[in-house]
Amino acid sequence: MMPDSEASRFEPVIGLEIHAHLLTESKIFCSCRTSFGAAPNSHVCPVCLGLPGALPVLNRRVVELAIRAGLALGCTVQRCSIFARKNYFYPDLPKGYQISQYEQPLASDGMLSYETEEGQRTVRITRVHLEEDAGKSLHAGETQSRHTTLDYNRSGVPLIEIVTEPDLRAPATAGDFFARLRAVLMAIGVNDGNMEEGSLRCDANVSLRPRGETALGVKVEVKNLNSFRFLQRALEHEIIRQADCLEMGEEVVQETRLWNEARGRTESMRSKEEAHDYRYFPEPDLPPIEVSDEWISEVRASLPELPETRKQRYLRELGLSATEAGQLAEQADLAQFFEDTARTAGNAKTAAHWVMGEVTRHLKTDGVGIDQVGVTADALGRLVGLVDSGVISSSTGKTVFEKMYGSGLEAEEIVERENLVQIGDRNELEALVTRVISEQPDAAARVRGGHEGTLGFLVGRVMKASRGRANPKLAGELLRQQLRAPGVT
Amino acid sequence: MTERLTRTEVERIARLAHLELDDAEADRLTRQLGDILTYFERLREVDTSGVEATTHPVSAGPRMRDDQSRESLPRDEAVAGAPDAADGLFRVPKVIG
Repeated sequence: MMPDSEASRFEPVIGLEIHAHLLTESKIFCSCRTSFGAAPNSHVCPVCLGLPGALPVLNRRVVELAIRAGLALGCTVQRCSIFARKNYFYPDLPKGYQISQYEQPLASDGMLSYETEEGQRTVRITRVHLEEDAGKSLHAGETQSRHTTLDYNRSGVPLIEIVTEPDLRAPATAGDFFARLRAVLMAIGVNDGNMEEGSLRCDANVSLRPRGETALGVKVEVKNLNSFRFLQRALEHEIIRQADCLEMGEEVVQETRLWNEARGRTESMRSKEEAHDYRYFPEPDLPPIEVSDEWISEVRASLPELPETRKQRYLRELGLSATEAGQLAEQADLAQFFEDTARTAGNAKTAAHWVMGEVTRHLKTDGVGIDQVGVTADALGRLVGLVDSGVISSSTGKTVFEKMYGSGLEAEEIVERENLVQIGDRNELEALVTRVISEQPDAAARVRGGHEGTLGFLVGRVMKASRGRANPKLAGELLRQQLRAPGVT
Repeated sequence: MTERLTRTEVERIARLAHLELDDAEADRLTRQLGDILTYFERLREVDTSGVEATTHPVSAGPRMRDDQSRESLPRDEAVAGAPDAADGLFRVPKVIG
């Protein structure tokens, strides 16, 4: 490995190709199910097995979801686009060609724009096109077996391929972009974001050029980047490998390389030059895809708010911090839960605090999503309201929350039954404060002597003596008064 | 008029299509494919200015189906036509992944 200073003589130029399964019930050209994990070859038919004479019929929902993705990514959706055959031989491709789009893709010329710590970033989207997925090769018992076995359940599962312009300049930036794109695709209900099951996959094109140079260097395509970590690690490795080549005066070979996670390096696929001659031609078995203006408007009108837009709204209108806004806006269902809580509570900032604190902690411990949360947004909102208006202290709020969670009990019920209303009455609290001072003569003396830190300790004792019901601010005030400590208001 | 199709090109196309041609077949196909291309050269002489290019002979309109799944083939039937299969999986000579 070479030190950063040397590697940084070159600027990496990165573009991504993302394949995303579309969330349909049936495949793109036949009525077989798309569900993952079924018994091998139980979701196949003459069309997706490529049997002679079988003809494809396009699934309307596939087109609709692709339009959705195209619009969410700011693309122009073409009124007329065509399918093409991409010809190559591989056992997972039963027909000997993949039905894809080549010239005239469904959508093109878009962008994804978002806030980062370094400011606004815009990555241009070259195109979004439709294609069918291939089957799955299983190389089980790799050393002994003389066979490769094939499961065609995935053959014909609808995909969109999203191609970016080479606008990314660093592995971390590429990883961040991929995460943002994933969030968008999930938010609009196009893809489930599941990278382990392969429903979202990523390939990267990367080249280097001397800093300051505008012409692009020779690019290498890196495949098999099926997690954010793989993507970042593979790019880091590949950039160093190419920099080494260039430093030694060698040329980078234009090729496809596979990321080998176990070995921590990219490896050449050593495929013959000819394998890349796909001989695309228009698919004669499928008519052009015609999309009316009405259809596009309909899809556009049905698009939900995107995470980035939502984040901006939380920052601008609700006054949340960037961290809060970012985390709450990311997933639509969590965002909805937060907004419902905030509406009932009447205070977005306190609601955000509770959703990101107590609620998220519970979800994490239970290992579930917000769809299985143990409290309704309305009930939580009422609890937050009680805390926010000072009826109960925030530490009592936490106790009440624990009792509400999973029980269906209302905050008001618990507070009333257990007599938890905050002691905001001076006289009532005064007695408690006097008692604590007499019980803690040493601490009291230290506060009298001006030791500010010890005041907190005494406030804690008052809270404990009141079973969390004391208003901590008022308790502090009364302690100061009785001890004639500095800072008396 | 473009250049005539060469035998090297025919061999390359055959290789891409995984076709094995013996010498006689390669010669015959070079001639026949060449004739077809020559015919297309003649078609190119027709004045098509003002005619929109098309990839499909018919504009079928939106002939799409609804997103509804149906039963697939029974598993034994799915692999029945395969030269080699085991446990419901198609088998091919080992491919280096």
